[in-house]
Amino acid sequence: MSEILRLENVSRHFSGLQALRDVTLTVNRGEVLGLIGPNGAGKTTLVNTICGVTPANSGKIAFDGNDITRIRTYQAARLGLSRTFQIVQPFAEFTALDNVAAAALFSQPGQSLKVAREQAMAHLVYVGLELQANHPAATLTLAMRKRLELAKALAMNPKLLFLDEVNAGLNSAEVERATKLIHELAASGITIVMIEHLMKVVLNVCTRIAVLHNGALIADGAPREVIENPAVVEAYLGQQYAKRNAARG
Amino acid sequence: MTKSNIALLVLLAVVASLPLFGGAYALRLGTIACMYAILALSWNVVGGFAGYPSFATAAFFGFGAYTTGVLLGKGLPLWLGVVISAVAALLITAALGAALLRLRGHYFAIASLSLVEVLRELVNNATDLTGGGMGLNIPLVSGSGVLAEAMFFFYAMWILLLLTALMVMAVAGSKLGFGLACIRQNETASSMVGLNTTLYKSIAFGLSACFVSAAGGVYAAWVHYIDPSDVFDILYSVKPIVMALMGGLGSPLGVACGAFLYLGLEEVVWRNYIQIHTGVLGLIIVLLLLFLPHGLISLRPSNLWRRVKHV
Repeated sequence: MSEILRLENVSRHFSGLQALRDVTLTVNRGEVLGLIGPNGAGKTTLVNTICGVTPANSGKIAFDGNDITRIRTYQAARLGLSRTFQIVQPFAEFTALDNVAAAALFSQPGQSLKVAREQAMAHLVYVGLELQANHPAATLTLAMRKRLELAKALAMNPKLLFLDEVNAGLNSAEVERATKLIHELAASGITIVMIEHLMKVVLNVCTRIAVLHNGALIADGAPREVIENPAVVEAYLGQQYAKRNAARG
Repeated sequence: MTKSNIALLVLLAVVASLPLFGGAYALRLGTIACMYAILALSWNVVGGFAGYPSFATAAFFGFGAYTTGVLLGKGLPLWLGVVISAVAALLITAALGAALLRLRGHYFAIASLSLVEVLRELVNNATDLTGGGMGLNIPLVSGSGVLAEAMFFFYAMWILLLLTALMVMAVAGSKLGFGLACIRQNETASSMVGLNTTLYKSIAFGLSACFVSAAGGVYAAWVHYIDPSDVFDILYSVKPIVMALMGGLGSPLGVACGAFLYLGLEEVVWRNYIQIHTGVLGLIIVLLLLFLPHGLISLRPSNLWRRVKHV
């Protein structure tokens, strides 16, 4: 498998807070990588650092053979790095259609608004929002806004898609629907990195899991191996539980 | 072309017929009306479309007035002076915007305000070129009579207004306008979908400057004498914002109507309440904004009809 994204010793700090410590990670073409870790582990910061929102203080990031360590956000988007936000970021006054059209319009240079709107409709149909196409984004429910985020990300023709907690705040029926969508996306050949807390979804969808804790990568491997890794259990559930679990196991 | 754009063009055509009905006073008012509308429509590009509250309008206006004034003093024809002022303002402002527009909200407002003060001080101190605080005398453009000259400047300002309106409409309907609307709503998300926000904001800032600068140039030639406290008056920054709010933020038709309404109010109040005219004007503006927060443009017949039905 060829690699699409490579991080070498990437670090990022916010004044005193070390958010990422020497993270070295590769993502292979076509895989679905689950990025997990406790709250505040640096998962979203990692995505922000790759996309150029908060550039790395040290280390190197390469995407598709290009060095993108110091890239601007909009350039990253045009290269085919696309993401959804954990806290949804719609253009509130625009209709759902125009939200997606904006993504299609600006991610591809020389695109016209008319063509972008046509493409946008196709993506809305794909995520099941065609009936809401002409509703302002502000009137959509959370589940719909999450799907709208996904449609926006897809409209950018991504090579690598970051899904930042697309399932957070959804009920189980909505989670199932979203999981099905992610399966379909993976099958269509898009490389996906998903940040997720629901282990059911992670184990169901991901082909590989990387675990962040206090900004450092503590495990990376096949899903079953990783969740049995003592360091991972400790990070998630605390030392005491890990000791008891090990004694019992 | 949308209905409101057609309505705006019709409105401008009506304004152009003004000389048929009035004398020198009406022409003077008409010229100021056109100037105000240019200022408000231009502000609308950066303030209404992109959502950046710029207080730099007076800086552009003064820049244009002085550039044209100095060029006229050197013997250049008026049209050339105005064109040079407009192009220079476009380029300089776009470049400045790349730096200034990194600030958002209140910080940007204060930074743009400081632009006015910086330019005013520059002009005050460059005595050799601008006459400093003594002001600048500008040679007469034409030797013809009072009324002919009033007519000439009215139409000069009107043509600038027409160009401004066409520019604003073109921006509103284009990819640029779409991008600016994205920036207004969510700048982070805009850059995340591949929008070069710095470039778009700079273009918007430049466009909001170029016609204001041209209007400043025509104004300078019209009044024959300018000084820093006149053309860098902070009211030139504030009035366009009030007009845009009164007319309806973001809508070219609304903003143009707002400018005309503002001038009308200013004139009526000034005539009738000479002692307390600014106070009365302020009160009217506050009341208007309070009861009509979305401006004149929200007074569509269909909306009114709906309200009547509710009653």
